[in-house]
Amino acid sequence: MQPKGYEQLTPARLDATFAALADPTRRAILARLASGEASVTELAEPFAISQPAISKHLKVLERAGLISRGRDAQRRPRRLEAKPLAEATEWLERYRRVLEGNFQRLDALLDELKITEKKHGRSKH
Amino acid sequence: MKNTGTLKVTMPTDREIVLTRVFDAPRHLVFDAFTKPELLKRWFGPHGWSLALCEVDLRVGGTFRFVLRRPDGTEMGMRGVYREITPPESSVHMESFDDYPGESQVSTALVERGGQTTLTATVLYPAKEVRDAVINSGMEHGAAESYDKLAELLPSIPARENSEDAA
Repeated sequence: MQPKGYEQLTPARLDATFAALADPTRRAILARLASGEASVTELAEPFAISQPAISKHLKVLERAGLISRGRDAQRRPRRLEAKPLAEATEWLERYRRVLEGNFQRLDALLDELKITEKKHGRSKH
Repeated sequence: MKNTGTLKVTMPTDREIVLTRVFDAPRHLVFDAFTKPELLKRWFGPHGWSLALCEVDLRVGGTFRFVLRRPDGTEMGMRGVYREITPPESSVHMESFDDYPGESQVSTALVERGGQTTLTATVLYPAKEVRDAVINSGMEHGAAESYDKLAELLPSIPARENSEDAA
Protein backbone atom coordinates (compact mmCIF):
# COMPACT_ATOMS: atom_id res chain seq x y z
CA MET A 1 0.00 0.00 0.00
CA GLN A 2 1.31 3.42 -0.87
CA PRO A 3 0.98 6.29 1.56
CA LYS A 4 -1.16 9.22 0.55
CA GLY A 5 0.54 11.63 -1.81
CA TYR A 6 3.24 9.20 -2.86
CA GLU A 7 2.05 8.91 -6.44
CA GLN A 8 1.92 12.59 -7.38
CA LEU A 9 5.06 13.53 -5.45
CA THR A 10 7.23 10.82 -6.96
CA PRO A 11 6.39 10.73 -10.64
CA ALA A 12 8.07 8.03 -12.69
CA ARG A 13 10.42 10.63 -14.11
CA LEU A 14 11.80 11.56 -10.71
CA ASP A 15 12.38 7.87 -10.00
CA ALA A 16 14.18 7.49 -13.31
CA THR A 17 16.29 10.57 -12.56
CA PHE A 18 17.46 9.27 -9.19
CA ALA A 19 18.06 5.76 -10.55
CA ALA A 20 20.16 7.25 -13.34
CA LEU A 21 22.13 9.40 -10.90
CA ALA A 22 22.90 6.48 -8.59
CA ASP A 23 25.85 5.36 -10.71
CA PRO A 24 29.32 6.99 -10.60
CA THR A 25 30.03 6.50 -14.33
CA ARG A 26 26.73 8.13 -15.26
CA ARG A 27 27.40 11.02 -12.89
CA ALA A 28 30.83 11.45 -14.51
CA ILE A 29 29.22 11.46 -17.97
CA LEU A 30 26.80 14.18 -16.85
CA ALA A 31 29.66 16.19 -15.37
CA ARG A 32 31.49 15.95 -18.72
CA LEU A 33 28.36 17.00 -20.63
CA ALA A 34 27.90 19.97 -18.30
CA SER A 35 30.89 21.54 -20.07
CA GLY A 36 29.41 20.99 -23.54
CA GLU A 37 28.03 18.32 -25.87
CA ALA A 38 30.16 15.31 -26.81
CA SER A 39 30.02 12.26 -29.08
CA VAL A 40 29.86 8.69 -27.74
CA THR A 41 33.54 8.18 -28.66
CA GLU A 42 34.55 11.35 -26.82
CA LEU A 43 32.50 10.32 -23.80
CA ALA A 44 34.05 6.83 -23.71
CA GLU A 45 37.64 8.16 -23.78
CA PRO A 46 38.22 8.93 -20.09
CA PHE A 47 36.65 5.65 -18.91
CA ALA A 48 38.29 2.24 -18.74
CA ILE A 49 35.17 0.59 -20.10
CA SER A 50 34.05 -0.38 -23.57
CA GLN A 51 32.03 1.79 -25.90
CA PRO A 52 29.00 -0.59 -25.74
CA ALA A 53 29.07 -0.23 -21.94
CA ILE A 54 29.10 3.56 -22.29
CA SER A 55 26.21 3.30 -24.77
CA LYS A 56 24.21 1.37 -22.16
CA HIS A 57 24.79 4.14 -19.60
CA LEU A 58 23.79 6.73 -22.20
CA LYS A 59 20.53 4.85 -22.83
CA VAL A 60 19.69 4.98 -19.12
CA LEU A 61 20.45 8.71 -19.04
CA GLU A 62 18.41 9.28 -22.17
CA ARG A 63 15.40 7.36 -20.82
CA ALA A 64 15.57 9.49 -17.68
CA GLY A 65 15.49 12.58 -19.89
CA LEU A 66 18.84 13.73 -18.52
CA ILE A 67 20.50 13.84 -21.93
CA SER A 68 19.38 14.23 -25.53
CA ARG A 69 20.96 13.90 -28.97
CA GLY A 70 22.19 16.86 -30.93
CA ARG A 71 21.37 17.58 -34.57
CA ASP A 72 24.64 16.53 -36.16
CA ALA A 73 23.64 13.17 -37.73
CA GLN A 74 27.26 12.02 -38.12
CA ARG A 75 28.57 12.59 -34.58
CA ARG A 76 25.21 12.26 -32.85
CA PRO A 77 26.53 14.31 -29.93
CA ARG A 78 24.85 13.92 -26.56
CA ARG A 79 23.98 16.97 -24.52
CA LEU A 80 22.77 17.63 -21.02
CA GLU A 81 19.08 18.34 -20.37
CA ALA A 82 18.83 20.56 -17.33
CA LYS A 83 15.16 20.26 -16.38
CA PRO A 84 15.00 16.78 -14.76
CA LEU A 85 18.12 17.57 -12.74
CA ALA A 86 16.55 20.78 -11.53
CA GLU A 87 13.39 18.89 -10.53
CA ALA A 88 15.37 16.30 -8.58
CA THR A 89 17.33 19.04 -6.82
CA GLU A 90 14.10 20.84 -5.91
CA TRP A 91 12.62 17.63 -4.47
CA LEU A 92 15.66 17.12 -2.26
CA GLU A 93 15.73 20.80 -1.31
CA ARG A 94 12.16 20.65 0.02
CA TYR A 95 13.08 17.65 2.16
CA ARG A 96 16.18 19.47 3.37
CA ARG A 97 14.15 22.49 4.43
CA VAL A 98 11.76 20.38 6.53
CA LEU A 99 14.68 18.71 8.33
CA GLU A 100 16.51 22.00 8.74
CA GLY A 101 13.48 23.39 10.60
CA ASN A 102 13.67 20.39 12.89
CA PHE A 103 17.38 20.94 13.53
CA GLN A 104 16.88 24.65 14.22
CA ARG A 105 14.74 23.65 17.19
CA LEU A 106 17.62 21.42 18.26
CA ASP A 107 19.98 24.43 17.95
CA ALA A 108 17.83 26.36 20.41
CA LEU A 109 17.76 23.42 22.82
CA LEU A 110 21.56 23.01 22.61
CA ASP A 111 22.06 26.71 23.38
CA GLU A 112 19.96 26.22 26.48
CA LEU A 113 21.86 23.06 27.50
CA LYS A 114 25.18 24.88 27.13
CA ILE A 115 24.01 27.64 29.50
CA THR A 116 22.71 25.11 32.03
CA GLU A 117 26.03 23.28 31.92
CA LYS A 118 28.03 26.50 32.43
CA LYS A 119 25.95 27.32 35.49
CA HIS A 120 25.95 23.91 37.10
CA GLY A 121 29.13 22.38 35.64
CA ARG A 122 29.46 18.88 34.33
CA SER A 123 31.26 15.85 35.60
CA LYS A 124 34.22 15.31 33.28
CA HIS A 125 34.98 11.80 32.07
CA MET B 1 20.71 36.05 11.23
CA LYS B 2 19.38 33.31 13.49
CA ASN B 3 20.69 30.32 11.57
CA THR B 4 22.56 29.84 8.37
CA GLY B 5 21.09 26.40 7.67
CA THR B 6 24.07 24.16 7.33
CA LEU B 7 22.20 20.90 6.71
CA LYS B 8 23.43 18.97 3.69
CA VAL B 9 21.42 16.13 2.19
CA THR B 10 22.93 13.77 -0.35
CA MET B 11 21.87 10.49 -1.93
CA PRO B 12 25.05 8.53 -2.66
CA THR B 13 23.10 5.45 -3.81
CA ASP B 14 19.53 4.42 -4.60
CA ARG B 15 18.82 3.32 -1.04
CA GLU B 16 20.77 5.82 1.03
CA ILE B 17 20.45 9.32 2.37
CA VAL B 18 23.33 11.08 4.11
CA LEU B 19 22.62 14.06 6.34
CA THR B 20 25.43 16.36 7.50
CA ARG B 21 24.82 19.18 9.96
CA VAL B 22 27.04 21.32 12.19
CA PHE B 23 25.83 22.20 15.69
CA ASP B 24 27.30 24.95 17.81
CA ALA B 25 27.69 22.73 20.88
CA PRO B 26 30.03 20.05 22.25
CA ARG B 27 29.18 16.56 21.10
CA HIS B 28 28.16 15.13 24.47
CA LEU B 29 25.25 17.58 24.43
CA VAL B 30 24.32 16.63 20.86
CA PHE B 31 24.53 12.95 21.79
CA ASP B 32 22.26 13.57 24.79
CA ALA B 33 19.77 15.48 22.64
CA PHE B 34 19.52 12.48 20.31
CA THR B 35 19.19 9.83 23.00
CA LYS B 36 17.42 11.28 26.08
CA PRO B 37 13.62 11.21 25.88
CA GLU B 38 13.12 14.43 27.88
CA LEU B 39 15.36 16.24 25.34
CA LEU B 40 14.09 14.45 22.21
CA LYS B 41 10.55 15.56 23.10
CA ARG B 42 11.65 19.17 22.75
CA TRP B 43 12.91 19.10 19.19
CA PHE B 44 12.30 15.83 17.33
CA GLY B 45 9.87 15.86 14.39
CA PRO B 46 8.67 18.39 11.81
CA HIS B 47 7.31 21.77 12.96
CA GLY B 48 3.93 21.42 14.65
CA TRP B 49 4.32 17.70 15.36
CA SER B 50 4.87 16.47 18.89
CA LEU B 51 6.44 13.38 20.39
CA ALA B 52 3.44 11.90 22.18
CA LEU B 53 5.47 8.90 23.30
CA CYS B 54 9.24 8.58 23.57
CA GLU B 55 10.88 5.59 25.23
CA VAL B 56 14.59 4.83 24.89
CA ASP B 57 16.53 1.90 26.32
CA LEU B 58 20.02 3.08 25.43
CA ARG B 59 22.13 -0.08 25.36
CA VAL B 60 23.20 -2.51 22.64
CA GLY B 61 20.13 -4.63 21.92
CA GLY B 62 17.93 -2.07 23.69
CA THR B 63 14.86 -0.76 21.89
CA PHE B 64 13.21 2.61 21.40
CA ARG B 65 9.67 3.56 20.59
CA PHE B 66 8.50 6.99 19.31
CA VAL B 67 4.95 8.06 18.54
CA LEU B 68 4.75 11.34 16.60
CA ARG B 69 1.47 13.25 16.68
CA ARG B 70 0.67 15.42 13.69
CA PRO B 71 -1.09 18.79 14.04
CA ASP B 72 -4.35 17.14 12.89
CA GLY B 73 -4.11 14.66 15.78
CA THR B 74 -3.21 11.59 13.73
CA GLU B 75 -0.19 9.64 14.84
CA MET B 76 2.83 8.03 13.25
CA GLY B 77 4.75 5.41 15.18
CA MET B 78 8.33 4.31 14.78
CA ARG B 79 10.44 1.80 16.63
CA GLY B 80 13.94 0.44 16.58
CA VAL B 81 16.81 -1.32 18.25
CA TYR B 82 20.35 -0.15 19.04
CA ARG B 83 23.13 -2.18 17.42
CA GLU B 84 26.20 -0.18 18.49
CA ILE B 85 26.59 2.63 21.00
CA THR B 86 29.82 4.57 21.65
CA PRO B 87 28.87 7.66 23.65
CA PRO B 88 29.30 10.43 22.75
CA GLU B 89 30.80 9.71 19.31
CA SER B 90 28.68 7.23 17.42
CA SER B 91 25.76 4.84 17.28
CA VAL B 92 24.11 2.44 14.87
CA HIS B 93 20.44 1.59 15.14
CA MET B 94 17.76 -0.08 13.09
CA GLU B 95 14.44 1.70 12.74
CA SER B 96 11.06 1.06 11.13
CA PHE B 97 7.87 3.04 10.70
CA ASP B 98 4.49 1.52 11.60
CA ASP B 99 3.11 2.75 8.26
CA TYR B 100 5.90 1.55 5.98
CA PRO B 101 7.30 -1.91 5.43
CA GLY B 102 10.95 -2.68 6.03
CA GLU B 103 13.71 -1.63 8.39
CA SER B 104 16.33 1.10 7.85
CA GLN B 105 19.80 1.21 9.32
CA VAL B 106 20.88 4.55 10.74
CA SER B 107 24.60 5.12 11.42
CA THR B 108 25.37 8.31 13.30
CA ALA B 109 28.81 9.85 13.82
CA LEU B 110 29.56 12.97 15.87
CA VAL B 111 32.87 14.77 15.41
CA GLU B 112 33.74 17.68 17.69
CA ARG B 113 36.10 20.47 16.67
CA GLY B 114 36.53 23.80 18.42
CA GLY B 115 33.38 23.38 20.45
CA GLN B 116 31.28 22.61 17.36
CA THR B 117 29.95 19.20 16.46
CA THR B 118 29.45 17.79 12.98
CA LEU B 119 26.72 15.19 12.75
CA THR B 120 26.83 12.71 9.88
CA ALA B 121 23.85 10.37 9.72
CA THR B 122 23.72 7.71 7.03
CA VAL B 123 20.32 6.14 6.55
CA LEU B 124 20.26 2.89 4.57
CA TYR B 125 16.70 2.07 3.50
CA PRO B 126 15.52 -1.47 2.72
CA ALA B 127 14.35 -0.26 -0.69
CA LYS B 128 14.28 2.89 -2.74
CA GLU B 129 10.47 2.99 -2.46
CA VAL B 130 10.67 3.19 1.33
CA ARG B 131 13.24 5.97 1.13
CA ASP B 132 11.03 7.98 -1.22
CA ALA B 133 7.89 7.35 0.84
CA VAL B 134 9.58 8.51 4.04
CA ILE B 135 10.86 11.67 2.36
CA ASN B 136 7.50 12.41 0.81
CA SER B 137 5.63 11.98 4.07
CA GLY B 138 7.87 14.65 5.59
CA MET B 139 7.38 16.97 2.63
CA GLU B 140 3.61 16.76 2.56
CA HIS B 141 3.83 18.30 5.95
CA GLY B 142 6.54 20.67 4.81
CA ALA B 143 4.15 22.20 2.31
CA ALA B 144 1.47 22.61 4.98
CA GLU B 145 4.05 24.23 7.22
CA SER B 146 4.79 26.87 4.60
CA TYR B 147 1.09 27.70 4.38
CA ASP B 148 0.95 28.04 8.17
CA LYS B 149 3.80 30.51 8.06
CA LEU B 150 2.10 32.46 5.29
CA ALA B 151 -1.09 32.56 7.35
CA GLU B 152 0.86 33.94 10.30
CA LEU B 153 2.51 36.55 8.14
CA LEU B 154 -0.54 37.83 6.27
CA PRO B 155 -2.33 39.69 9.11
CA SER B 156 0.87 41.59 9.94
CA ILE B 157 1.38 42.96 6.44
CA PRO B 158 -1.19 45.83 6.43
CA ALA B 159 0.25 47.06 9.75
CA ARG B 160 3.69 47.50 8.22
CA GLU B 161 3.53 50.70 6.28
CA ASN B 162 6.18 51.41 3.68
CA SER B 163 7.70 48.03 4.37
CA GLU B 164 9.06 48.01 0.84
CA ASP B 165 11.16 51.07 1.62
CA ALA B 166 12.73 49.47 4.67
CA ALA B 167 16.32 48.54 3.96
